[in-house]
Amino acid sequence: MQLTVNGTVQDCTPAPGQCLRTQLRELGWFGVKKGCDAGDCGACTVLLDGRAIQSCLLPAWRAEGRQVTTIEGLSHPLQDQFQAAQGFQCGFCTPGMILTASVADRANLKRDMKGNLCRCTGYRAIQDAINGVTHVNEASPGAPDAARVVQGTARYTLDEAMPGLLHLRLLRSPHAHARVRSIDSAAALAIPGVVAVFTHRDAPDRLFSTARHEDFRADPDDTRVLDDTMRFIGQRVAAVVAESVAAAEAGCRALIVDYEILPAVFDPEAALAPGAPILHTKPESRIPDATRNLVADIAGTVGAPVAATYTASITCTLQRLQHAALETHAARGWMEDGRLVIRTSTQVPFLIKQTLADLYGLQPHAIRVLCERVGGGFGGKQEMLVEDIVALVTLRLGRPVQLELTREEQFTATTTRHAMTVTATASATADGTLAALTLDILANAGAYGNHTAAVLEHAVGESLGIYRAPFKSARARAAYTNTLPGGAFRGYGLSQSVFAMEQAIDLLAAQLGQDPFAFRRQNIVRPGDSLEGIHGPDDVEFGSYGLDQCLDLVEAALGPRPCAEPGWLAGRGVAISMIDTVPPFGHHAESRLTLAADGLFDLHVGTAEFGNGTTTTHRQVAARLLGTTPEHIRLHHADTDLVSHDTGAFGSTGTVVAVRATELAARELHARMRTNQPQTGRTVTRRADGSPRSIAFNVHGFDLVVQPETGHIRILNSVHAADAGQVLNPMQLRGQIEGGVAQALGAVLSENLALTETGAVLNPAFRQYHIPHWADVPPTQVLFADTYDALGPLGAKSMSESPFNPVGAALANALADATGQRFTAPPFTADRVWAQLQESAPVSSPRASLAPAPSASRSRPG
Amino acid sequence: MDLLDIQAVDRPRSRAALPDMDGAAFLAGGTWLFSEPQPGLRRLVDLTGLGWTPLEVSEAGLRIAATCTIAELERFQAPPSWRAAPLFAQSCRALLGSFKVWELATVGGNVCLALAAAPMLALTVALEGTALIWRPDGTERRLPMAQFAQGPQRVALLPGELLRAIDLPAAALSRRAAFRQASLFPHGRSAALLIGLEGFTLTVTASVAAPVHLAWPATPSPGPSLAAIEAALLPLDWCDDVHGTPAWRQHMTRRLAAEIRDELCS
Repeated sequence: MQLTVNGTVQDCTPAPGQCLRTQLRELGWFGVKKGCDAGDCGACTVLLDGRAIQSCLLPAWRAEGRQVTTIEGLSHPLQDQFQAAQGFQCGFCTPGMILTASVADRANLKRDMKGNLCRCTGYRAIQDAINGVTHVNEASPGAPDAARVVQGTARYTLDEAMPGLLHLRLLRSPHAHARVRSIDSAAALAIPGVVAVFTHRDAPDRLFSTARHEDFRADPDDTRVLDDTMRFIGQRVAAVVAESVAAAEAGCRALIVDYEILPAVFDPEAALAPGAPILHTKPESRIPDATRNLVADIAGTVGAPVAATYTASITCTLQRLQHAALETHAARGWMEDGRLVIRTSTQVPFLIKQTLADLYGLQPHAIRVLCERVGGGFGGKQEMLVEDIVALVTLRLGRPVQLELTREEQFTATTTRHAMTVTATASATADGTLAALTLDILANAGAYGNHTAAVLEHAVGESLGIYRAPFKSARARAAYTNTLPGGAFRGYGLSQSVFAMEQAIDLLAAQLGQDPFAFRRQNIVRPGDSLEGIHGPDDVEFGSYGLDQCLDLVEAALGPRPCAEPGWLAGRGVAISMIDTVPPFGHHAESRLTLAADGLFDLHVGTAEFGNGTTTTHRQVAARLLGTTPEHIRLHHADTDLVSHDTGAFGSTGTVVAVRATELAARELHARMRTNQPQTGRTVTRRADGSPRSIAFNVHGFDLVVQPETGHIRILNSVHAADAGQVLNPMQLRGQIEGGVAQALGAVLSENLALTETGAVLNPAFRQYHIPHWADVPPTQVLFADTYDALGPLGAKSMSESPFNPVGAALANALADATGQRFTAPPFTADRVWAQLQESAPVSSPRASLAPAPSASRSRPG
Repeated sequence: MDLLDIQAVDRPRSRAALPDMDGAAFLAGGTWLFSEPQPGLRRLVDLTGLGWTPLEVSEAGLRIAATCTIAELERFQAPPSWRAAPLFAQSCRALLGSFKVWELATVGGNVCLALAAAPMLALTVALEGTALIWRPDGTERRLPMAQFAQGPQRVALLPGELLRAIDLPAAALSRRAAFRQASLFPHGRSAALLIGLEGFTLTVTASVAAPVHLAWPATPSPGPSLAAIEAALLPLDWCDDVHGTPAWRQHMTRRLAAEIRDELCS
């Protein structure tokens, strides 16, 4: 049949069940993205005869004889507006946003944009783009990729045609705990198009961790590429490689697997108890106590106890969350000049390369790992979840192969925020001085230990460090269970511990009759105080300090307390958090800067761009120090062939480590140019090592109202103050903070990756796992402390993951202020809030309050 | 998404050309079929080539073809005497999918999928619609919409039967209506969706697995007491899923029912 796309007639023969999106991508229109593949996210939106549709829902043959417009064929003022307002971060949702907005009712954006999800921005920047607000200017240069993002030509992991590409699909375990007795692949291999089947017999007999850190010893080596023991529902059983996705999928279904079902355990407390099923037994895994499923056990104290008059304690249960990056995990592998090349969606290309070299016994120069633009990370891509199996197949078959996880696999077979039970206790002397802080944490590691120990270390670090107290103690344990593994997630443990600690602080302030702001002001850490953690002194210093300013800014911005209308209760809450600007134990980056023959500069860096904005910052900093404009800097990034090493972009290191290396290189090159050494001075390479480290701060405040009769919460004011040091790019920093706040609002108000009694994920789709939509996110006023960091590049500090951390606690504190009750188990959906308030309130008739509620309201007449 | 097992698509142009439905599924808008893997489904029978007129107004009322899209219904301009007409747009907007889904999704598809939150079920049950069903032997039968859905993805269609249209009687369309929706999130999936018609009828959906249609005699006015409504709601089974707990759904249903009664009966 013939398809008319962007005015061009193209011949194609779609399969009868093929949707328009895959057909358009096969024809080379890569601006059409695959986000959810189910009609929920809108990333695949196109115009069909001028009307917006989701192309994943339309059979391709239905587009015959009609005009299809993709982002590449759109010429609309909105594209310039999205560039001028920088209405994107990773940009993966942007084509769909623009196409939808181009036909949406501007007066009804909350309603009309509900079919478009953005995980990065919190939607404010998108709204500004649609409304024609300009933010890009000299102080806030735009992203180097901006024009390509809005035209749909920015290339993500799979946005490249590759002839002869094979497809890999994974058979996944239906059992939470089982041993594979045998796998019969004869029927699968007989399916036309199936090329090969890989099982545990084909996988290297080596253990590794999917978690990636500079020091591999940070994580237990408990994982095989393909294992003969299944430890959670969704684990890989076998891989089928075929000439088409359909054949690979059919091959997976044709595999006959004989399982020996083993007893399973799902709860960490039960997993630690005597007699529990044991998940891991290999001594080389470096597990603290494998005989008890104990995968992490951290304990320590600092200081000495003093007598206290008041004590407050709270136990909170924090749920699993999915990262929900719009680009799923995906990778391609091929052989080129005898080298293995992996093109992937990762935050850590260099660590992936290192691990693949170890796993397959290859010399480092025999592997190249690269990414172009990455469609969101949030910690989920600091993990090797697809590259290992793609490398195995590529090395074995010598042919190009691709693995793209489905959205369902993303929910059921990657990683989550760690579920934790956190008890925080705070005590004070009679004059309101903190006497002691204690944290007790039990985390569910899931079936593999990736990141768990490091997450717990972080959880008990800065949440205690932010207060001045003569005695601090922490105990944090994690147990293996037969569930989906926890992993790195924005906040890295702090969002859970801060949630409990900041509520304990509020409770303590209430006992003392003190205002939450005043009590915090009296007890926060100040320059000159010790930053010693429970493991003793380390390399963290006061490179700058703006926590006091942040508290003042939030308190002033909130203003007078709002009143509630009848039937609603009003409350105010604040919470604070601190973060070390770099993860511990080494974080390295290298930048190479060259003055090219054409007078432009070539800047080579390792960092990946997944919406964190580092490509913008590298160019901006280099330009500033070289006395030129960002357009004169050609940036080359995220390719292991470019520089010798880069630990990666996690823990918000994109700016403080990688850009620091660029800063050093630019300063040196500029100095050489000034002293006229053109022959010898054209290229400068510099490294940064992220030590010593500084601290950054975030303070969030909410005014909200809650309607006890329905459980609905409405946010009236949302204010966030950040101490990010010198603000390099106000537009970009504001965007990062708004995005973090929106993600945290999802965590506290709507998101819950739920498991069934048998350990399966209950809600593996966006229509069941509710990430914030446009209408869910209130505006947040973003304020900056005025500080200059002695350690960071040009005085800047990190600020990607940390805005996430205080938001949930601030909301819980506001809810408690409104209702007089503590809410300890997010998400605070209306049904749960209502239920808790019912339990304690006198029974009232449903007519007791007739004030309109946010979503149980009268619909407007049509 | 790509439906990997589909081998063929039949595109009949007339009823006579409808094929045997063994191993096949009727395809209308496709917005649900293409939103989930359909392992084992080998054939699709496209209904859009049958050329049914989406909306037909007559003295008897409104005939909505099964293939009428949500967008067509949302844009429908009803005769002025149909006081219940605001329900059309209200119900369309209660769909979880956005206006982009409305362009493709059909009224028939929504009622045949019969999810608890299906707003087209709420609409057609509340307006006392009748399903016109084509039987595979070439005959037809009619079924009140109140009996059409039995639970999520369970409807009263026998193998090979096809929903042709839904007829809404003018009598119901002429009555004053009230619409209420509760959801955990603004513009989110319905956790309770209630429609009342003066007279007095109350249709409860989304909080229960299949629509519940409650009717009270028109006299004595102004309508049933609140206690009578609550008594009628008491025996219902409440949905339990991620879109709201059963207790909250029951509570919100009672609350919305009371609001509807106040609006229509006072």
